[in-house]
Amino acid sequence: MSKEEIMNLEERFNRYVAEENKVEPKDWMPEKYRKTLIRQISQHAHSEVVGMLPEANWITRAPSLRRKVALLAKVQDEAGHGLYLYSAAETLGADRQQLIEDLLSGKAKYSSIFNYPTPTWADMGAIGWLVDGAAIANQVMLCRTSYGPYARAMVRICKEESFHQRQGYEIMMALAAGTPTQKKMAQDALNRWWWPSLMMFGPTDDNSPNSAQSMKWRIKRKSNDELRQEFIDKTVPQAEFIGLTIPDPDLKWNDESGHYDFGEINWDEFYNVIKGNGKCNKQRLDARNKAHDEGKWIREAANAYAEKQAKRREQSSSVA
Amino acid sequence: MTSKDNWKIWEVFVRSKNGISHKHVGSLHAPDAEIALKNARDVYTRRSEGISIWVVPSDSITASRPDDKEPLFTPSDDKVYRHPTFYEIPDEIGHM
Amino acid sequence: MAEANEKYVLRLADNALILGQQLGEWCGHGPVLEQDIALTNVALDLIGQSRMLYQYAAELCGDGSTEDDLAMKRDVFDFYNVLLVEQPNGDWGNTIVRQFFYDTYNYFLYDFLCNSTDNRIAEIARKSIKEIAYHAQFSAEWVIRLGDGTEESHQRVQASVNDLWNYTGEMFTPDQLDKDMYELGIAPDLQEIGKAWRKKIDEILDIASLKKPDNEFFHTGGKVGEHGETLGFILAELQFMQRAYPEMKW
Repeated sequence: MSKEEIMNLEERFNRYVAEENKVEPKDWMPEKYRKTLIRQISQHAHSEVVGMLPEANWITRAPSLRRKVALLAKVQDEAGHGLYLYSAAETLGADRQQLIEDLLSGKAKYSSIFNYPTPTWADMGAIGWLVDGAAIANQVMLCRTSYGPYARAMVRICKEESFHQRQGYEIMMALAAGTPTQKKMAQDALNRWWWPSLMMFGPTDDNSPNSAQSMKWRIKRKSNDELRQEFIDKTVPQAEFIGLTIPDPDLKWNDESGHYDFGEINWDEFYNVIKGNGKCNKQRLDARNKAHDEGKWIREAANAYAEKQAKRREQSSSVA
Repeated sequence: MTSKDNWKIWEVFVRSKNGISHKHVGSLHAPDAEIALKNARDVYTRRSEGISIWVVPSDSITASRPDDKEPLFTPSDDKVYRHPTFYEIPDEIGHM
Repeated sequence: MAEANEKYVLRLADNALILGQQLGEWCGHGPVLEQDIALTNVALDLIGQSRMLYQYAAELCGDGSTEDDLAMKRDVFDFYNVLLVEQPNGDWGNTIVRQFFYDTYNYFLYDFLCNSTDNRIAEIARKSIKEIAYHAQFSAEWVIRLGDGTEESHQRVQASVNDLWNYTGEMFTPDQLDKDMYELGIAPDLQEIGKAWRKKIDEILDIASLKKPDNEFFHTGGKVGEHGETLGFILAELQFMQRAYPEMKW
């Protein structure tokens, strides 16, 4: 194809997605669109899989059997979500094993929120309520993303996620209504998770260079700042309802804008954790590497067995 | 298969209830058909979404390709005579 | 209609809980996403079963205990699970072999319990048997794949079979309580269950080209609260919150 033809195709493609049409795997798409999607979808998948770890940490110690099964089911869902997303990336020609190797080597990124530790049970509440809450805001938007398989994975994920946030909020509610020790535990977790949750939406719009193109391609449909504001507006009343205090002295309702004003986010911390300086960056990657390395003989054995079986079937059919 | 421990990809189709055909729900990795079926059950029917599952190795599927040369996104709705609204029937006849 | 001894119900419940608790440790650390999800399903089933059984046991206690009291407030000597389920996870293959030995036993056991003269046990068993049948299939399929996979997997899984073998006999060695429950038609004749189990194990090990150990010494004691060293650590995590923050609602 000549350069001109490609330009022509790109123009058509842009118009096509701007008119809210979906792109499917075999359709022509600009190489940059494909790459952007693979990067974004795989990062999202990595986040789900690494995101299992801080919560899996509490499965054996959940305070009741009811909480234990809920948490197990939730962390299991995250594995499922990682899987759906890797599958979506594979429709673009990516190879899951390669994507995972990029994660394990530290080359690929995942949401830095999961580099924060979960020292207490209340962290299970805070993660479900805040981290999943923030993730859902983003994911609801992505249900209408322009790439079909990604959008469909998101619809599935959003359906399943709906219990996650409720699970977390219910934990917080129980703690906030409990003994002073429990309430203190809940407030402490809120204090630690509030700001990192706000950072999950990414840098402010004027510092987010890739956003404009993603919006044009309808991959992303709302800006980081818009989503962040929506999340804050929704979450503040939920905190008030259970009597917990958002750790932001500048937080106040603004009648004029119809939104909450909030304080300055510490972006130095954000970039620092991305760089690898979070409390748990190393533990998280070590755990993923360990699981992958120690699982190798299992994966190999299953393939070897499948090959043997295929040969046996061949032999027995040639005998017959 | 790029390495010895990389499992192949399977496409998963689930029938949600009798009377409805199997519908593509996604894909997964598995070393063989039996494990693929079990994995499909665990991955795609955790919330009783199905009563029957098909798994098909992705590389066994032959797909139609959008022709590179053809205009990409032209909808093929020129054969209007295939649609009921093409035919005019008097209202008195009622629903047909 | 008969009513089971509370201790017997606790045996069933403790087996399910301890095994479920141990499988829960794999969540997030499995060899591949698909198998992570699969094993977590088994964990969820087992813990779900333990809850039904604890709820029944709590009723039989009649002292206002709850499922969580029974799970979280008894110490090692009051736990009646068989020794097999408290054996450490080891590698994923080892977990699968432990699961295979247990699931197969559990299947034959619950198959009987579906018709137990204790209606509550029968009801719980009928709810659980489909899950358990699936577990037994799942672990057998994996024993076959690992046994007849690569040279490495064969050796590793054979080692697990050898290590865990001496903990299997306890499941089929009836004590007085088992005999009493059998007399009442509540529980099966464990020796019969043992015969069915051996037949199935022989069949699968053979397909998997694995050898059954010829060592016929079997550890016992778990059923009456005489445990090894690992159970204490399992309980330490399981019961941490209830111990550190007693009398609170979560």
